[in-house]
Amino acid sequence: MSGPRTLLDRLWSAHEIRQREDGTSLLWVDRHLVHEGSHHAFAKLAARGMAVAEPGLTFAVVDHYAPTRRGAGPTDPDIGRMISTLRDNAARHGVKLFDLDDPEQGIVHVIGPEQGLTLPGLLINCGDSHTSTHGAFGALAFGIGATEVAHVLASQTIWQRKPAAMRITVDGVLGPGVSAKDIALNWIAALGTGGAQGAAIEYTGSAVRALSMEGRMTLCNLSIEGGARMGMVAPDQVTFDYIAGRSYAPRGATWDHAQAYWSGLRSDTDAEFAKDVSLPAGDIAPTVTWGTSPDQALPVTATIPDPDTLQAGGSEAAQQALDYMGLRAGAAIAGTPVDQVFIGSCTNGRIEDLRAAAAVLAGRRAKVPGLVSPGSAQVKARAEEEGLDRIFADAGLEWAAAGCSMCVGMNGDTVATGKRCASSTNRNFRGRQGPGARTHLMSPAMVAAAAVTGAITDVRPLLRGRAV
Amino acid sequence: MDNLDTDQLIPARFMSAPRADGYGRFLMHDLRRDAQGAPHPDFPLNRHEDVCVLVVGRNFGSGSSREAAVYALVDAGIRAVVGPSFGDIFAANAVNNGLLPGRVSEAEAQSLAEILQDDPQPVDIDLSAGWISLAGQRIPFQLDESWRTKLINGWDDIDLTLQHQSAIASFRDAHVKSMPGALPAKQINAP
Repeated sequence: MSGPRTLLDRLWSAHEIRQREDGTSLLWVDRHLVHEGSHHAFAKLAARGMAVAEPGLTFAVVDHYAPTRRGAGPTDPDIGRMISTLRDNAARHGVKLFDLDDPEQGIVHVIGPEQGLTLPGLLINCGDSHTSTHGAFGALAFGIGATEVAHVLASQTIWQRKPAAMRITVDGVLGPGVSAKDIALNWIAALGTGGAQGAAIEYTGSAVRALSMEGRMTLCNLSIEGGARMGMVAPDQVTFDYIAGRSYAPRGATWDHAQAYWSGLRSDTDAEFAKDVSLPAGDIAPTVTWGTSPDQALPVTATIPDPDTLQAGGSEAAQQALDYMGLRAGAAIAGTPVDQVFIGSCTNGRIEDLRAAAAVLAGRRAKVPGLVSPGSAQVKARAEEEGLDRIFADAGLEWAAAGCSMCVGMNGDTVATGKRCASSTNRNFRGRQGPGARTHLMSPAMVAAAAVTGAITDVRPLLRGRAV
Repeated sequence: MDNLDTDQLIPARFMSAPRADGYGRFLMHDLRRDAQGAPHPDFPLNRHEDVCVLVVGRNFGSGSSREAAVYALVDAGIRAVVGPSFGDIFAANAVNNGLLPGRVSEAEAQSLAEILQDDPQPVDIDLSAGWISLAGQRIPFQLDESWRTKLINGWDDIDLTLQHQSAIASFRDAHVKSMPGALPAKQINAP
């Protein structure tokens, strides 16, 4: 293909085995990550008597159902069965499993990068919508359904139509107490949950370049909440520094070759995007959701919108959301009392997230109960080395083991009906954290601020005079 | 209702159930019932058991990639969902399970909803011609061509793909040589 190319073009053509007349491409999959939810797909494979085509490129992990309060009593039989089914399938097909007691276990989108399985230029699939996380490395990463998981297991390929390329540019400098989570909630609030429907977003601009890999992962992770198929950031020195020395990453001569190749993974300066959006970093405040959809978000300094002033379609949805959330239009969002807090998830369960929360919590007591579930066993170990677990415990929060935990509630960590939770997770859907639960999405630092004040609070004053 | 996400279509706590038992009973479980588990009498799906086509709002099936959301619809007898837009992964999952995700304009979705009001009507859908007809009106719907073909033929992607086995094998050989890190280092170094 001649002419200027996007990063998406480059990644796509490097994996395209063939293209059908209808425009659908057959793509090679470099890494296939599976979790307990893969049982439907393995059953499809078994029904055909097929083996996993590339067990060496397939990695399994216990995360969605992982008990986080281990030793707290017998595991629910349904949960135990989900985990043992994954064990059986991994063993039967010779697939590497990061099991519950593995020091490398954790949430699939945390351990992929942590282990060096996630690399620039690769195509990465997982039966989970937040697979977009891995795009932070300049990888082509997207979530798929169970039938597609079975297809990848059987053939190490996937049929896909190439998405439209979209660019979100964030230039400038983020203010203190403002993070990648706030960038994401801001663009989603501005464009709506369908604002990037079907697109592959490339994040660029000086504020994105200034983000650590962990921040870039948070940003790419949330792409799906704006309807995007995937998110990506062109790899740079920050990326290479993160990858160097990780278990499954290239080394020696291959490392040098890899770095040279990865440096070319970028969009040409004159490449064209179907949609181009700019967001000044300096305008972004700590952001929280007030409704039941991630686009129902606003700066913590704002007031809850009046449904009557919203456009026709949004008006009814906003009223339903306010009713569910037990909130009143026109009231300030700050000061809304919360019943509990949660820090963790594939969005914000990494070491920097825990540090950001600990910076607020250090020397303070939480006014409400809360759970902290690190994104992986390695993040947990690292946090304990740094004494962060003590800060959380001293603040009165529960320090638990790694897993998807209260983000999705599948392992039994749930928010009770009618209770309001300040949460560092990705979805404020009705009932997401448990039937009738009320979720407010925000950054880990903002969750910590909610913990120490017992209400939704601007974290910035709490950070004054503290090193962050 | 816009943005009806897959957590609403099937809450996560039901997803450990075996498919053989049927997922239809989980469809929109928490939306259809009050906190005590009693069905809301005015919820459309509670009033009409035998519907097979749903007219839905914008961004239907957004969120989680759980294919169980489609299983719940299919096992409840739903054959088509018709609305202005769908979550991408949901739509692909739908087609993979023989469920039609037909796209119509916001205005057409609105007019379908108005025709239906509170009561279901007999409906005809022509997949190849791409229209839905009810109450004497014929409304065209949009559908990706490859999905149309797949729904009509009932093709299985794995069978299709295995026909390309040799092309896949040669691509793999060239790809792992040219793409740094295509094979995980631990695997290469393993004895």
